[in-house]
This record gives sequence, structure tokens and C-alpha cells, in this order.
Amino acid sequence: MYSCSDLKKGLKILIDGEPHVIAGFDFTKPGKGQALYKCKLRNMLTGALFDRTYRSGESFEPASLEERDMQFLYQDDSGYVFMDQKTYEQTILTEEVLGDDKYFLIDNMEVKVLLFGERGIGITLPIFVNLRVTVSDPWVKGDTAAGNSKPATVETGYNLQVPSFVEEGTLIQIDTRTGEYVTRVKE
Amino acid sequence: MNHSLAHKQQRLKQRARIIQTIRAFFIDTGFLEIETPHRIPLNAPEVHITPLPSQDWQLHTSPELAMKRLLAAGYDNIFQICPCWRAEELGSRHLPEFTLLEWYRSHCDYQDLMTDCEKLFRHLLPDSTLLYQDQQVDLQQPFERLTIADAFSRYTDTTAWQALKDDCFDELIAITIEPQLGLARPTILYDYPAELASLARRKADQPEIAERFELYVAGIELANGFSELIDPVEQRQRFKNDARIIAQQTNRPLQIPEPFLNDLQQMPPAAGIALGIDRLVMLLTNAESIDQVVAFTPQDL
Repeated sequence: MYSCSDLKKGLKILIDGEPHVIAGFDFTKPGKGQALYKCKLRNMLTGALFDRTYRSGESFEPASLEERDMQFLYQDDSGYVFMDQKTYEQTILTEEVLGDDKYFLIDNMEVKVLLFGERGIGITLPIFVNLRVTVSDPWVKGDTAAGNSKPATVETGYNLQVPSFVEEGTLIQIDTRTGEYVTRVKE
Repeated sequence: MNHSLAHKQQRLKQRARIIQTIRAFFIDTGFLEIETPHRIPLNAPEVHITPLPSQDWQLHTSPELAMKRLLAAGYDNIFQICPCWRAEELGSRHLPEFTLLEWYRSHCDYQDLMTDCEKLFRHLLPDSTLLYQDQQVDLQQPFERLTIADAFSRYTDTTAWQALKDDCFDELIAITIEPQLGLARPTILYDYPAELASLARRKADQPEIAERFELYVAGIELANGFSELIDPVEQRQRFKNDARIIAQQTNRPLQIPEPFLNDLQQMPPAAGIALGIDRLVMLLTNAESIDQVVAFTPQDL
């Protein structure tokens, strides 16, 4: 069990049986009053963000989460299907849980899946992924308003800004932490 | 080179200048600067303040008891700037070791201290405005004076006394009310329920209220002052009550500071106030966190 003095940003605790991560934390104490622990909490299942204030003396159950190496197999109506390569167990993550990470998944990609019990609640992607540009209009010379970049769409439907020399069909590298273009990939 | 320490240099220079200015202000207005021991046998029992032990004594949580013993011995206007220690207080506006300014005046009450606060701020900021984290605070006008009762009716849907009964007074003050205080101009929040002021005098005509106030600037609680309780019998009773609660929480008997109670018999009517120097420096140097205005935090050591 954790006590209030253990609370800090990044700590994962159980609230009403669901895992929550502390997204923001501060200690406060009104004059002559009692110690208050102000937390901004994110529900790791729903993504919901909310504030809660605790008093000293309260205790918290750690949220036990496990990260497992898995391979992305395919997407179907049930969601995004991943497989543990050692046990061949499959886990399905919903589109909602994946958020923007879904745009960086390629078939057979190896990722880390965060599990709460048997339930997949998030993934950690490789830092760089290679995706092919499917739509990008040629750059209009003289269009200086946009600088030297132009909009593009990659095979997963993700939209980003790319340099003017990138054409449709080009394979590009994207940083999954920022979602930004890194470089062209030589084929 | 330690870059984070190097980056503090500008603020630490300002801090030194602010403390010099405060010292000059009090000396020029006839106050005597006092030093009292930081290591003492016993602090006043306060339920929500935990002293740090030092061998079988304690580090002081405030110089309050020693300062009042000086008042009782005939020292009229005294001030002190010193480090204080309070266990387990660590946050964006709290450090377990911090610096307090305390001043005490005999034959004065909390209203006089409110005026002192206005004068001190004008002395520190002669151009009359303070910009803190995008908040423009006007120091030209008199500070806003708001009773606890009015603050609850303005900012919450309950009353202070109901909040005490419902055990949510501290949360409402710290989370709901405090961020809205002292924004356009500093706010003096005053007339607290008597149970929240263990060393303050009750109002003669309203014994359920203590003559205590807090000063807020730009949503930051800066100072706590009150008319002193000088009745040793009532003070002993309050100490005993608090000591009993603390003893229950810690499973250890707690003594009460007898030399202080003994001297209290001679103490004239007086008022005293504690102001957090670190938070004042935060405000005057536009620092978001208390860590930015001290050379080292516990984590840096």
C-alpha cells in the first residue's frame, strides 16, 4: 500500500478497482489547517482526467500493470489484435484505448502491450516507424506561406506535414513520440 | 557546472535585496531585530504542524513562543527573520525548511497588523503594481478585507460553520477559495472560527470568532496574523486539548510549554504575524515554484 507521502507524478494506483496514473501532483496546506495532497488523475482505462484531493492518513493500492512484448496481427471489427510471441495468447485493444497510436501500427510490428490483468490498456510503439505516403499534392512553387512543407497522408490515414520534395509513394520515417516527419527512407 | 543552481543567481540576488529592504523597513519604523534559538525543548502543540526532532529537543516551527516571552518582558516592537522547520511539508509552495518573517507589537491588535502589511508592500513595491504569472495586482488601493463568513458565501454554496461541521473547511479554503483571493489587489481574509486559531484572542462581542487573518496575494497565502491570546488559563486549556489530540494520533504523551505559559501572565495586549519570505520572494520575482527562490531544496542535497 502507498501512503500520501508516496504520491508523485507517474505513480499508478487503483481507484474503485481501476488503474489510474497521477498526471499532476502538489502538496498544499491552508494556514493552520491540515496537509492536503492535490492530484490530477488519469483513468488508464477510459483516459478520463480529473482532480482529487487526499488527506494524510489515506492509503492507496498500487495498480499492478504488466508490459509484454507482442506482435500486431491485424485489425477487424473487434479491434486491434496483438499476439504474445511466446505464449501465442491474443489480446484485443480497442480503437479508443489506442488513440493516435493506431496510426503507427503496421502488420507484424512488435510493440509492448500494457496489461491490467488480462486487459490490454495501451501500447508502447517503436520510436520510429516507416510509412508510405498515399496522398500529397505537389508543392506549389511560390507558396511561401506554408514555408517549405506541405500536408500529406500516409497509408494508415494519418495526416502530417512533410517537406516539399516528398512525393506520393515515398516511404518516410515518423517519430511516434511527436508524430512528426523525420526523413525519407531509402529503398 | 551545476546549471540549475547557476540559473538561480538572479533570483537569489533579488531575494537578498528583498530581505535587506524588509529589515530596513522594520528597523526604520522602530522595531528591534531579535534572534531566538532555533533548537528548543518544545513547540506549541498544534494539531496540523509536526516539528522535526533534534536529539531530545525540536527545531522550532516558528519563533512565536520566544517572541511572545520577549513581549511579556517589556519588548514592545520586535521582529525576526529566521529559518523554521516543519516535517513533511514539500510542494510547489512548501519546503520543510523555510524562512519566516515574524513581527510583534504590544498594545496593538490584528487591525494594526493589516495596516502594517499594506505599508510593507508599498515599501517593497513603490511603483504600486505587481505582475505575477500574468496576474496584475494593484497595490495602490487599500487591500481587500473579506471575512471568512463572506468568503464562504461569495465563493462556495455552504457556510464556514457548516463546512467545519461537514469536515471540508480546509479543502474549500485551499482548493476553492484561495485561488480566487488577492488577484486584482491583495486580500485580507479575517475573523476565523475560534477553533482554527489556537493562540489567537476571541472577539469580545463574538466569542465564536477569533481575531485572526491571512494575507493573500495573487492566490498565494502569504501571512497569518492575529491578536494574541494573553489569558494563560484559556491558553493552557487550548494547549491541553491540542496535546490530547496529537497524543492520540502519535501514541505518545505530549508536554505543553510551561515557561511560555508562565510568562504569558505578564504579557500585555499584543498582536503578531508570520509571513513566508520564500513565498514573498516567489511573488516579487515571478517564480512559479518555491524551489526557484532557495539555493538548495532537500532533493538538491
